[in-house]
Amino acid sequence: MSRQSNRTTDSKKMNSELFTLTYGALVTQLCKDYENDEEVNKQLDKMGYNIGVRLIEDFLARSSIGRCQDFRETADIIAKVAFKMYLGITPSVTNWSPGGDEFSLILENNPLADFVELPDNHSTLIYSNLLCGALRGALEMVQMAVDVKFAQDSLRGDNVTEIRMKFIKRIEENLPAGEE
Amino acid sequence: MDTRFTRGKSTILERPLSRPKTEVSLSAFALLFSEMVQYCQSRVYSVTELQTRLAEMGQRVGASMLDVLVLREKNGKRETKVLNMLLFIKVNVWKSLFGKEADKLEQANDDDKTYYIIEKDPLINAYISVPKENSSLNCAAFTAGVVEAILTHSGFPAKVTAHWHKGTTLMIKFNESVIARDKALDGR
Repeated sequence: MSRQSNRTTDSKKMNSELFTLTYGALVTQLCKDYENDEEVNKQLDKMGYNIGVRLIEDFLARSSIGRCQDFRETADIIAKVAFKMYLGITPSVTNWSPGGDEFSLILENNPLADFVELPDNHSTLIYSNLLCGALRGALEMVQMAVDVKFAQDSLRGDNVTEIRMKFIKRIEENLPAGEE
Repeated sequence: MDTRFTRGKSTILERPLSRPKTEVSLSAFALLFSEMVQYCQSRVYSVTELQTRLAEMGQRVGASMLDVLVLREKNGKRETKVLNMLLFIKVNVWKSLFGKEADKLEQANDDDKTYYIIEKDPLINAYISVPKENSSLNCAAFTAGVVEAILTHSGFPAKVTAHWHKGTTLMIKFNESVIARDKALDGR
């Protein structure tokens, strides 16, 4: 590719408020289009997955990070490099399970949910579910099946926002990526 | 604080409106926007409908941005004249949303209701390639929605549409009443 020679590794930045509000407009639209919160959560997860599947390539190219030795290293890279690069935040990695296959990302502030208050009639909406999909999609592309879900969300009155990630298995065969 | 406002769930109203600029990566935005376009596309039958949907989402963004922008950029002072309002959009709104001024602001030669904001390479379209069969599709319809909401909620009702012309041109058509009012103000 001819572009490779002058490609820069730092990504271009933009105002996070436009990003936040754009995401907000999308979630609002989904809430209008679907009848219940579960469907919206599912749709957000699906969109996140599609993003993750594409994002990983951008990430590997820009970060020039190689294969991780273990799940702990993966956790660190996600928190310190990936979140920093794309959302400008660094969540902390905590609450490791004894087996080392499960951990939590604690987000002090969540750029997706800035300005947001959940109305009472959307109490089961997982507003930032796109993040889970994106993490799952990106890791799947590097042969890791991971279960990702929100354990706590400050939008729903919890003290912190916590994403729980559980390693399921290595995906042995390098299957071609499906469209969805 | 009255719980009616925060319902005890968030501290959003206690935070300052002016705050340090925070940034996210353009790739993250591009991928999100791409999903939005694909989602909208899956639910419509024509390019016009798709653009309408994108514009609706843009309107939500514009409506939410307006008050905070007026407060931060203009100390709460609202514009009353068409030209100043358009300059506010070209300069202040563009700078805070896209990090730069819009390339050009022009008035139509033959129509005093119509103005154009021209952007050679809009940020929104940076990573979008439009398929040949839908060549009239311009995803800056989203930006058009943002501008339309900002104008309308500032008391300058207008229709804003996005077109492929000198890059991307946002065509602003004001309501008759807006222009009539502006002329009346000039006469005083």
